[in-house]
Amino acid sequence: MAETRLMTINMGPQHPATHGVLRLVLELDGEVIVKATPHIGHLHRGVEKLAEARTYHQVIPLTDRLDYTNAMGNNLAYVLAVEKLLGIEVPKRAQYLRVMMAELQRIAAHLIWLGTHALDIGAMTLLFYNFREREDILRIFEEVSGGRLTPTYLRIGGLAKDLPEGIEGKIKSFVEAFPGHMKEYETLLTKNVIWLKRTKEVGIMSKEDAINWGVTGPTLRGSGVKWDVRKAFPYSSYEDFEFDIPTGSVGDVYDRYYVRLREMEWANAIVKQSLEKLPKGPILADDPKVVLPPKEMVLTDIASLIRQFKIASEGFKPPEGEVYASVEAAKGELGFYVVSDGSNRPLRVRIRPPSFLNLSALPKMIEGSLIADVVSAIGSIDIVLGEIDR
Amino acid sequence: MAEVHPAVKKIQGKFPSSAIEATTFRGEVNVTVPKKDIFEICRFLYTDPDLQYHMLTDLCGVDHFPQSPRFEVVYLLYSFKANDRLRLKTKVGEGEPVKSVESIWKAANWLEREVYDLFGISFENHPDLRRILLWDGYEGHPLRKDFPVEGPDFDKPFVPEV
Repeated sequence: MAETRLMTINMGPQHPATHGVLRLVLELDGEVIVKATPHIGHLHRGVEKLAEARTYHQVIPLTDRLDYTNAMGNNLAYVLAVEKLLGIEVPKRAQYLRVMMAELQRIAAHLIWLGTHALDIGAMTLLFYNFREREDILRIFEEVSGGRLTPTYLRIGGLAKDLPEGIEGKIKSFVEAFPGHMKEYETLLTKNVIWLKRTKEVGIMSKEDAINWGVTGPTLRGSGVKWDVRKAFPYSSYEDFEFDIPTGSVGDVYDRYYVRLREMEWANAIVKQSLEKLPKGPILADDPKVVLPPKEMVLTDIASLIRQFKIASEGFKPPEGEVYASVEAAKGELGFYVVSDGSNRPLRVRIRPPSFLNLSALPKMIEGSLIADVVSAIGSIDIVLGEIDR
Repeated sequence: MAEVHPAVKKIQGKFPSSAIEATTFRGEVNVTVPKKDIFEICRFLYTDPDLQYHMLTDLCGVDHFPQSPRFEVVYLLYSFKANDRLRLKTKVGEGEPVKSVESIWKAANWLEREVYDLFGISFENHPDLRRILLWDGYEGHPLRKDFPVEGPDFDKPFVPEV
């Protein structure tokens, strides 16, 4: 009798369908995957270690570089944690603007996911459509903050600056045009036979497994768990906005796709609501020990100059303690666990990365399925290695 | 005196001989439990029908060097039933192993590997305890406080062995 043995193949780290530097070692029995072992860490930069050597304000730019498709959401999670530690209240206008930016960023992040996911499976057209709309959002970010990919727009206690003149009109025209674009994407995919064949009943994850593996975000909701940090622990005035949590039922690749599309629609609706309800007022908390003074004051008033110098060089000293704050980022629950020893630098900044735990469940999804389905399963959990490796 | 968290009351009732301390900061409950009981307490929190902490949101290490015992392993649990988060902490000295909770929550598999990788805390009964972010054969544990930010060998020239 001929000897049969498993074949081991290596996928990545430089593979176009692994969405970054992910390496998978696949053990195959013919075309069926017996065992999958992800190897990560190729993009490890030691963000948690770097954060311990910086003052609290200086950590914000590091957070942009975690999940680089969702910079505003990362900023938000970190500043919420530090604000909780300090116990400061952020003005309503800043909270609404944070929501607006976070939701625009969610649309942009999901657009990248949709384009690349469809590209992996073979639908190339969509990528160009998605990047067209994403460009509109990045232009808005550039005008608002000066940065496109890494805006660093949020500050502890509020925002870097208020909206520039005339930007509301641009955001409004984006919000109005977006539902039409959504129709374009759906025409191409939602009932496309090839798309259905590649995504239905592929990479299934049950409700119980998803919870046990710590999966969050659209991947958890695709499995039918109606849970969202924005509803469970509302932050930054999310309780003022009306939106629903879309869920799937089977927990396959198609359900995750469907959930993300609906999420984009709701994100668009939240941006619209935040534009309509946007209150007037300050964008920074009234806490002179934490918040930088306005630039004109620094140039004209000696006390403000000293204050600016103190905060920029020495930072501030929050009370001793530890807090955890999380947001519903594009990939799932992004949390920051900040431990303070009362000095001007954090003792520990732990980042709870959603993609890390979602990826750890990937072998569970793909073991027993065909090798061609690996690509659509990886695409469907929407990982970003910048966040997994930190 | 603030009201005692229901889960804390329950575990204190269930484990009367165990020194369980609970504090509250900014509305978050921190429960410090002895290392020897961590696995049993976790399993109790998971299985108890009133509590049902079915999700391990996060597991991480903290280094309090030069305090002794220097490390803390922090478990952040979430209950869908009560919509509640609970933070368990346990103090761990250098070289002491902790019981793995991987058999309760699969999420702990990678999270414990990460703590092992970056802090050098080992976990008993973990099915696959290897480094995760750094490569096999790397020396040192970067998130320890006595590990320099620049790395241990940043000023040494790299000369490969021939």
